[in-house]
Amino acid sequence: MILDLRHIYKDYQQEKLVVPVLKDVSLQVEEGEYVAIMGPSGSGKTTLMNIIGCLDRPTKGTFELAGENILRCKDKEMSDVRLKSIGFVFQSFHLLPRQSALENVALPLSYAGVRKRERRERAAKALERVGLGDRVNFKPTQLSGGQKQRVAIARAMVNNPKILLADEPTGALDQKSGKQIMELFETLNQEGVTIVMITHDREIASHAKRVVHIIDGEITEEGGKEVSDE
Amino acid sequence: MFENIRLSFQGIWSHKMRSFLTMLGIIIGIAAIIAIVSTIKGTNEQIKQNLIGSGDNSVTVQLYQGDYTYEMEYNGIPDGVPVISKEVLEEIKEIDEVKNAALFVSRDTYNTIYHLNTGISGGSLYGIEQEYFDVCSFIVQKGRIFDEKDFEQFRKVAVLDEESAESLFSGENPVGQTIEIKQEPFTVVGVVAKSKKFQPVINSMEDYYMYNQNSAGKVYVPSSVWPALYGYDEPQKLVLTVNNTEDMTAAGKKSSEILNSYLSVSDDTMKYKALDLLEQAKEIQELSQSTNTMLIWIAGISLLVGGIGVMNIMLVSVTERTQEIGLKKAIGARKSKVLGQFLTEAAVLTSLGGLIGVIVGIILAEVISKLTGTLVSISAPAAVGAVVFSMVIGIVFGLLPSYKAANLNPIDALRHE
Repeated sequence: MILDLRHIYKDYQQEKLVVPVLKDVSLQVEEGEYVAIMGPSGSGKTTLMNIIGCLDRPTKGTFELAGENILRCKDKEMSDVRLKSIGFVFQSFHLLPRQSALENVALPLSYAGVRKRERRERAAKALERVGLGDRVNFKPTQLSGGQKQRVAIARAMVNNPKILLADEPTGALDQKSGKQIMELFETLNQEGVTIVMITHDREIASHAKRVVHIIDGEITEEGGKEVSDE
Repeated sequence: MFENIRLSFQGIWSHKMRSFLTMLGIIIGIAAIIAIVSTIKGTNEQIKQNLIGSGDNSVTVQLYQGDYTYEMEYNGIPDGVPVISKEVLEEIKEIDEVKNAALFVSRDTYNTIYHLNTGISGGSLYGIEQEYFDVCSFIVQKGRIFDEKDFEQFRKVAVLDEESAESLFSGENPVGQTIEIKQEPFTVVGVVAKSKKFQPVINSMEDYYMYNQNSAGKVYVPSSVWPALYGYDEPQKLVLTVNNTEDMTAAGKKSSEILNSYLSVSDDTMKYKALDLLEQAKEIQELSQSTNTMLIWIAGISLLVGGIGVMNIMLVSVTERTQEIGLKKAIGARKSKVLGQFLTEAAVLTSLGGLIGVIVGIILAEVISKLTGTLVSISAPAAVGAVVFSMVIGIVFGLLPSYKAANLNPIDALRHE
């Protein structure tokens, strides 16, 4: 099991009020799965995503990532987990505007202490993998939305993480580009990458093999491929 | 590290105007300090040169009574001042700082030296040992200097320096001619000059009087004929040379102590003392330094203000780049990486400012030198120190913004608009 979250609670302190965001959430994801987490805004799906992505810690509960108790980690170790085990894809891409596609993709490699020449080679390969082998030296401003997201995916995949975490990956894209991104996700999944994607779009969620619904901080239903019924 | 420096330059270059304005405080501060330091150093060197003479490094030790040199003319031969023996001279030559030493006697002269009807007014007459010219690094211009026989046979021979040769013979060759010293005829055998010509710069009345004393020239005779002129063995003076200008004070003090240990005088204000030009130079330097220290403080305040400017702009930069920082942290950059990146940027910014400041300062110093005619000496350690110091300013004032950046919560940072 790659992700094992049990009885996760997360409270936020708002002045004197304690707001519970996640209430007793348990979620298990096997290696190679493609899971969509669906829910309306304010349902706590982003909070759950942050906890899975080791950006946030739950108030209560246990979380193991590939058998390792993540919650015991210090900040530094959490950084290393994010660097090596998790790839992030965001709705708004978050590319560095002044750096070329290649430099953007190579960024995580520099944190991992990879040498410069190898960085460039691996970044170029990752860009090829997402179909942007001919856009290596383009700046983000010279790329379309879909291309930017693909650069972001290349960056997420460059350290060969175990899990790809995507937060509304198609939210800022037109339908056609969105579809291309979904196709890319499917290919990556077929190559063995575990994907966890959060979305509020039923259509997008239908690409996943398993959909988890979260409403008011609670997982309400969980079923394999229940949306797409062929 | 190199990556960080490269990124810093990229960041600085992408905000050219802002970076320049941020650096301006540092530039002005460093430029002012470099200009002041260069001027101080130049002035100091000038003072030293004026008082000591460049490359001469000679110290004269003579008998003092209280604060004044002992005057033979009015006081006569003092009791209890022995003749300085060869052994004592050797003892002095063995002092670490002393390179060489020679004994001599001298008097200021008033209408005592003549050639035909031409006299020297206000020159000095020296009775010297044989090695004197060598110790004081004179070179022979015409004729010869004294040899052993001159001393042994009490020959009445004289050597002139350039000034006295000019005063007495005005262009004519003095070698072989006869001059009159205290109504005794002396044959001129040679003309000497200081090997390194010491040309004093006269800036004040004090300077003028100081150099004017010797301007009429000097006439040298063998010390063995001195008693024939003045009748007595009178207290000798000592000239010594040292390797370093810095050693002058020590050499003067040590040899005076040796000489004083042989004195048996009743008046205990009567002592050998070094005419310590270095000490005088230092006093003048200290005076000019104290006014300049204030200027450096003012420039220091400019650096402080510059540093605060850097801190301010770095804080703006952190706010501007919150999303970037959030992303970097999300994809696995450790706190130390983010801290390092921002610290490097601040340090690069201020070092660059420091470097420009040094260049501006040097130009400023040169301009000051051209306008006021004072000497300017660029100090390399000060220039390097200034750049290092501005780097330190960057690191110190970059700490707060960098710390803020490193501790941003990635979730909030990513959401920051």
